[in-house]
Amino acid sequence: MADLLNVQGLETQFRTREGTVHAVNGVSFQLKEGETLGIVGESGCGKSVTVMSVLRLIPSPPGKVVAGKAVYQGKDLLKMTDEEIRHIRGAQIGLVFQDPMTSFNPVLTIGRQVAEPLEIHMGMSRKQALERAAEMLEMVGIPNAKERLNDYPHQFSGGMRQRVMIAMALVCTPQILIADEPTTALDVTIQAQIVDLVKRLQHELGMAIIWITHDLGIIAGLAQRVLVMYAGQVIEEAPVKELYGNPQHPYTLGLLNSLPRLDSDEHRRLASIDGLPPVLLSKPTSCPFAPRCKYAIERCLAENPPLLQVGPDHYAACWVHPETGRPRE
Amino acid sequence: MGRFVARRILYMFAVILVVSAITFGLMHAVPGGPFEREKPLPPEIIANLEKRYHLDEPLLMQYGRYLYEIFIPRIDSNRPGLSLENDFLINIRLGESTWFHWMNFGPSYSSRSRTVNDIFRDNLPVSFQLGIMALTVAILLGVPLGIIAALKQNTIFDYFGMSVAIFGVSVPVIVLGPLLIWIFGVTLRWLPPTGWGSKPPYVMGVFPSTMGWDYWKHAIMPAVALGLGSSAIIARLTRASLLQVVREDYIRTARAKGLKERLVLTRHALKNSLIPVVTVLGPMFAALVTGTFVTEITFGIPGMGRYFVTSITNRDYPVIMGTILLYAVFLVVANLIVDLLYAFLDPRIRYE
Ligand SMILES: Nc1ncnc2c1ncn2[C@@H]1O[C@H](COP(=O)(O)OP(=O)(O)OP(=O)(O)O)[C@@H](O)[C@H]1O
Ligand code: SF4
Ligand SMILES: [Mg+2]
Repeated sequence: MADLLNVQGLETQFRTREGTVHAVNGVSFQLKEGETLGIVGESGCGKSVTVMSVLRLIPSPPGKVVAGKAVYQGKDLLKMTDEEIRHIRGAQIGLVFQDPMTSFNPVLTIGRQVAEPLEIHMGMSRKQALERAAEMLEMVGIPNAKERLNDYPHQFSGGMRQRVMIAMALVCTPQILIADEPTTALDVTIQAQIVDLVKRLQHELGMAIIWITHDLGIIAGLAQRVLVMYAGQVIEEAPVKELYGNPQHPYTLGLLNSLPRLDSDEHRRLASIDGLPPVLLSKPTSCPFAPRCKYAIERCLAENPPLLQVGPDHYAACWVHPETGRPRE
Repeated sequence: MGRFVARRILYMFAVILVVSAITFGLMHAVPGGPFEREKPLPPEIIANLEKRYHLDEPLLMQYGRYLYEIFIPRIDSNRPGLSLENDFLINIRLGESTWFHWMNFGPSYSSRSRTVNDIFRDNLPVSFQLGIMALTVAILLGVPLGIIAALKQNTIFDYFGMSVAIFGVSVPVIVLGPLLIWIFGVTLRWLPPTGWGSKPPYVMGVFPSTMGWDYWKHAIMPAVALGLGSSAIIARLTRASLLQVVREDYIRTARAKGLKERLVLTRHALKNSLIPVVTVLGPMFAALVTGTFVTEITFGIPGMGRYFVTSITNRDYPVIMGTILLYAVFLVVANLIVDLLYAFLDPRIRYE
């Protein structure tokens, strides 16, 4: 199937007082129609900046996309006029953010906010848009949707608010839904409900999804393919089963080991990766994971590994074979 | 909401009691009296005057009498304004020769032919009008200036706007007033240098009965002189608030929905950014109405600022008490209105 979105060599930097932060350093990925792509990685590794760069929602200044392209249906989003990209946002690509509390305007009713994309992209009247918004709210499981149109965000619970957020992102039936840690702020039972909801909606509406999280557990049941990011780079990419069964990057291994295991009988301590991700004040010239990596060899400090094919449809940016501990050929 | 307002009105009476007690105490604690002159009056005359105004009674009794006169309504057959001692602010005709009277603030000691209520009737409305116009100037100048400065952050517009703001807060009326008079009143002769364009009686007690050019041309300079400092405060507040709001998550959400930048600002940022601005309007309005003294002197405006200031040097007890109480009421009411406006702007706020 054709690529719906093709991102190549994306680089985004922020000018700060401490210097230029290289937040995203050459990220590439493809998204096919109707597929779900997971992006995982620790806090600060550049997941949000990556997708925000694609939609040109990086605050500028201080941020700037300095290289790369993001081709959506044959057109580069990064080269479009402001007016063109505006018609993509909310209409072709919907966004769901992490914090459902702060992501709504506190002084406008939910109805107004959910109906807004319909008014601006579909040319609907306020009345039509509100009717459609109520249908959409019903679809995401808001009880008494019609009456609740006039409520304000603070009158909804966290989980309900995230459902409303999803309704708002999907109200124009976009081709792509980007969900940036949509469940991180919610408690576990609600998380599962939201994941189920999004799966159901994908089945009904058929959009492709980019799901960002630092929880590999959630991705397992949701995505077909996963990108693992570290220090502004993709360090591993594989189909979800392959990634879990045969991780090829020491960082991915570390992430998988830090998952709580339900199947193990002994009460294992949560293994997490020691150390902190680097501060990216310059473009890495060595493997950015080297300071935390127990497999590191000399080459790791001399050269930053590119994404290497390590299996069919499986790529990893590592000089070493983590199973054998020997350098790759 | 109704209960909230009712509670605030009760609270206002408490404020009046406390403020009146403190004012009364302070007034009598400072040395000097209303009838001390450079050339002393004969003691018999002073004794007579003190007897007439009940100043020979014990202080507590005087205070009680004062509260009685302002709080307790009377129903009798007296026409309003029968004598200087019996001049009530509120007079309602109930029948052929029955009247409802309320709030007697007493006679003024220094201007023998007038009562405190006369000052409220003739001079307070002028100060009130001036205060409202100064507040309007402050808002109309301050909000756009703040918005422009925020949107064009760190550009020439921002620096220019904020320089104007700093100029506004740092140049006092006593400098700005004469400067305006000299430029627009004397040199260009566009505006009359002094005076006020409305006369009593006032509509609903405060509003001018005609508002033609003759009214406005007198009002422009004093309103600008008085309001400029406040407009600077509003501009800085608006700028800071808007800069904060545009960094909020929901602004990013609005952009992610594909809204035009103009809509993002007007629909999503502006209302939120004005919430903190509204909170200062109450105290600001009260300060403007009560702080008209210098402006009124500069522009020769017959407001009540002058009476208030001279009443203190003259120990004109009823005028001091009356104006301070009125200002207190003013502050409470202005804050109440702001609270209601606040609830209107921010649906998260509910009073009960
Ligand atoms: N507005 C900004 N100004 C300066 N630096 C920024 C800004 N936004 C992001 N960055 C930098 O970009 C890096 C990546 O941030 P990003 O928000 O993409 O991380 P993330 O992977 O989404 O993490 P999280 O899981 O916490 O959301 C951060 O470490 C930060 O240094
Ligand atoms: S390249 Fe070297 S340092 Fe980097 S992850 Fe692989 S082994 Fe570790
Ligand atoms: Mg993020």
